[in-house]
Amino acid sequence: MAKAAESSGEPGTTWPRPLFAGLSDISISQDILVEGEFTIPMRSHIREFDSSTLNESVQNTIMRDLKAVGKKFMHVLYPRKSNTLLRDWDLWGPLILCVTLALMLQRSSVDSEKDGGPQFAEVFVIVWFGAVTITLNSKLLGGNISFFQSLCVLGYCILPLTVAMLVCRLVLLAEQGPINFMVRLFVVIVMFAWSIVASTAFLADSQPPNRKALAIYPVFLFYFVISWMILTFTPQ
Amino acid sequence: MENMDDTSGSSFEDMGELHQRLREEEVHADAAAAEEEDGEFLGMKGFKGQLSRQVADQMWQAGKRQASRAFSLYANIDILRPYFDVEPAQVRSRLLESMIPIKMVNFPQKIAGELYGPLMLVFTLVAILLHGMKTSDTIIREGTLMGTAIGTCFGYWLGVSSFIYFLAYLCNAQITMLQMLALLGYGLFGHCIVLFITYNIHLHALFYLFWLLVGGLSTLRMVAVLVSRTVGPTQRLLLCGTLAALHMLFLLYLHFAYHKVVEGILDTLEGPNIPPMQRVPRDIPAALPAARLPATVLNATAKAVMVTLQSH
Repeated sequence: MAKAAESSGEPGTTWPRPLFAGLSDISISQDILVEGEFTIPMRSHIREFDSSTLNESVQNTIMRDLKAVGKKFMHVLYPRKSNTLLRDWDLWGPLILCVTLALMLQRSSVDSEKDGGPQFAEVFVIVWFGAVTITLNSKLLGGNISFFQSLCVLGYCILPLTVAMLVCRLVLLAEQGPINFMVRLFVVIVMFAWSIVASTAFLADSQPPNRKALAIYPVFLFYFVISWMILTFTPQ
Repeated sequence: MENMDDTSGSSFEDMGELHQRLREEEVHADAAAAEEEDGEFLGMKGFKGQLSRQVADQMWQAGKRQASRAFSLYANIDILRPYFDVEPAQVRSRLLESMIPIKMVNFPQKIAGELYGPLMLVFTLVAILLHGMKTSDTIIREGTLMGTAIGTCFGYWLGVSSFIYFLAYLCNAQITMLQMLALLGYGLFGHCIVLFITYNIHLHALFYLFWLLVGGLSTLRMVAVLVSRTVGPTQRLLLCGTLAALHMLFLLYLHFAYHKVVEGILDTLEGPNIPPMQRVPRDIPAALPAARLPATVLNATAKAVMVTLQSH
């Protein structure tokens, strides 16, 4: 290790070498017996050769993906500053959430006269184009987050609002009245705040420090529109 | 960087070419290195295969080069990057300045050429319109609430900007398209304030007061900036008159198109006597009778709450 450190460059440089960088140059020939316990830190998800995931059963694949999605749901519900959503992004979770929300927001409008409620396509388009717009905005402001990572975070942070939709649907089964409305208003406001806090926890680090407010404001508008659609939903 | 007057034309096309050429050189260097290793093993038998492979390779490279050149030219997000180079303090000060008309019209006033503020204001206006449409129970026959709101706001911002830019070209005014977009975008700040207040407090007198005051201030600001950049009384009158008329009338339209008389709401709750309003009302609702005036002050949602309380 000492030799590697000396050969890395002039001793005067303050450039910190990444940990264990010299390990990649080690080659162990056959006739030298090496024993003992090696611990080499690696990333927790190593994508090995593709054939190993191609040959496994469908159930394995689905369970693995569902577990990944569930793990990210947990990260959204208890937002801490972590990199999970950004590092292993996927779009399954946002798709599931968006479809659930759109299905629940669809009015069973047989009567075309009162067709004022959002239809499936409207909700779908709002969510995805809203997320795309926010991503473009944050990239233009100088953020160093990739396109799909941002889509992933914004999609996953709709989870609290989907929960709010479920609660509102249940509350609407009871008799309608001012208390009903107040309960729904309270639930939606709390979940709206939760969504914003969750997405801020993930997205804020990728922005330059003095422009965080500029990047968070469109997120606020986006979740406001979705919250408004949820709050004003009344089944006929 | 903040006041980019974009009068220089399409110099970004040259940048696109430069980027493309640099990337091609890299790719060529890699491909040449790979080919050298490859050719040594095969000998005569592999020669024909190698030739056909090279031809296919070259065709692929040519096609890829064309596609990536087109892509890097038109889908490059970096073209818009300078227009989003703002700080929060700047946005805040520009929002406040958009309500303060300037007095000095003798030399051209500076217009900040940025797109972040105007874009966010248009989206805010969309959100406020949605809020207003929901509380007034507007029913859209074809199309959707969201589509209508987005179409209206973006259509106004882009359409009126283009129209005034065209008029400015006719009147020899010194303003670029980007500056016009920014000017009109910031002028929507007044609209946002007025609509936000009056969608929650349905007093017609209050609306007219705000329309004149706040709408008037933001229109005056835009007009003053345009006057400072135009020469000649006729041209100034034409340009500024058109802009003032369009801006004030738009606010009037937004308020009355999505505003429903409270009587209609009460009648809908009590009996189906009133047909639902069309998407673009042709008539402005008549003045309210004096007895119902207190009822009109509150939000329609609170109104519905009170009615259900009374009926229980």
